[in-house]
Amino acid sequence: MCAMPDPPPIAVERLVKIYKTIPAVDGISFTLLPGSITGLLGGNGAGKTTTIATIMGLTTPTSGRVSVLGAEMPRQRYRVLHRMNFESPYVEVPMRLTVRQNMTVFGMLYGVADLRERIAELGRQLELTDLLDRPTGRLSAGQKTRVSLAKALINNPDVLLLDEPTASLDPDTADWVRSHLAHYCRERRATVLLASHNMAEVERLCERVIIMKRGRIEDDDTPAKLLARYGRRTLEEVFLDVARGGSVEREAAQ
Amino acid sequence: MTGRAESAYALSLQRIAAMMLRYWYLLRSSWPRLLDLVYWPTVQMVTWGFLQYYITSNAGFFARAGGTFIGAVLLWDILFRGQLGFSISFLEEMWSRNIGNLMMSPLRPMEFIAALMVMSVVRLSIGAVPVTFLAIGFFGFNLYGLGLALVAFFFNLMLTSWAIGIFVSGLILRNGMGAENLAWSIMFLFMPLTCVYYPVTTLPVWLQPVAWALPPTYVFEGMRALLIHQVYRGDLMLDALALNAVLFAAGVYGFLKLLQGARRHGSLMQTGE
Repeated sequence: MCAMPDPPPIAVERLVKIYKTIPAVDGISFTLLPGSITGLLGGNGAGKTTTIATIMGLTTPTSGRVSVLGAEMPRQRYRVLHRMNFESPYVEVPMRLTVRQNMTVFGMLYGVADLRERIAELGRQLELTDLLDRPTGRLSAGQKTRVSLAKALINNPDVLLLDEPTASLDPDTADWVRSHLAHYCRERRATVLLASHNMAEVERLCERVIIMKRGRIEDDDTPAKLLARYGRRTLEEVFLDVARGGSVEREAAQ
Repeated sequence: MTGRAESAYALSLQRIAAMMLRYWYLLRSSWPRLLDLVYWPTVQMVTWGFLQYYITSNAGFFARAGGTFIGAVLLWDILFRGQLGFSISFLEEMWSRNIGNLMMSPLRPMEFIAALMVMSVVRLSIGAVPVTFLAIGFFGFNLYGLGLALVAFFFNLMLTSWAIGIFVSGLILRNGMGAENLAWSIMFLFMPLTCVYYPVTTLPVWLQPVAWALPPTYVFEGMRALLIHQVYRGDLMLDALALNAVLFAAGVYGFLKLLQGARRHGSLMQTGE
């Protein structure tokens, strides 16, 4: 008897999400491979956050299908939510609780075994050890981002969804966060979907880039192939080409 | 992966405990929050206690009988603070923008509700128990003198407060913080209708069926029967329990439907106004 192949970490098929009459996501499909880091690019209102929210089971699709680790979202979300996690600027960890208290609460929610050891380990990895007993609200923006990242990694997720993980961080902290994410993915063979406006970040971290515009996928390829196809040197130029629906150079000439 | 796989319907005591721990940490971290729990119940009790004291020397038998006002105040506070305790714990998640973290975690809605119910009892105990002792010291009114009847009153009032708190939380999830005021004010709609300070017969005849459709009415009538006539009305408590079962089921059903609507409309991503 043949063994069933493992389901893909994330599979999105003809996903449509309409808010009242406005389509936020308009028939997109993609599948992510295990251990991959994929960038989701797009301007404001392109549908990135809605796509991520639907993958997390936070929003119900109008039509189409989303599955995570073989579980249909949101119907079967409780089969897999303990194997997923996320970070987003739209949500925060409670500010009045200390870092350790927050980690304890989220660790218990995710059913993490050996929670004390896990908190200590994350403290060491994310340089939070000295901050563990301080209220989260009294930390700097960079420290808070590291706490959010610690929350996102508390359960060693197989699928990690990140929405603007380095927004509003200084270049040094942002670089540090990227390095840690890359290390985590390599070590854990976790699948990461990263929505970002930061093209340099996407270029550095992602082996695949999905570009969205007005709820649709405009392009989907490796960064190298995208650069070659658009005849550009940076992903930012490719992004501008897609966003403006034509060549940057042509616009400049006009 | 360190998490545990579970079926969609399994309830986890650990996750309920996690949420209770979260609210306990929060209460512990802020003395104004603790003070607030005791402040209003004390002010209410003292004000109505003095009114009762005045009436005792000037009014007729029924108004004077056995501390009906102060008893009503204390029972009303169980109803009001029970709902507020539930709703404020829920609102803490909205204020701290943490609701997305919870909704995307393995926490089930029923586990969330269970934790909020327990925390409403904890908050109520912190606020109301010292006030009941103050009532003994200031006015000689011993709520615990109601004996086992108090257990029936308390249980029925808490069930109503949870049902209302659950439904209001659903409304806030679905409609955002624009619906926050409901959490603070909805119980006052029940105050005149549930006849906290006067018998149901005081209401116009056409309004009395509405009063009898609300479980707290039976509790306040039961309290007056006990304090004025020294009769425990078990029948009233059973009626209240039956109505509460319906109200609680409706509250949970409404919450789940509103949560479903929030997922459909993307409200969980935008928890502001």
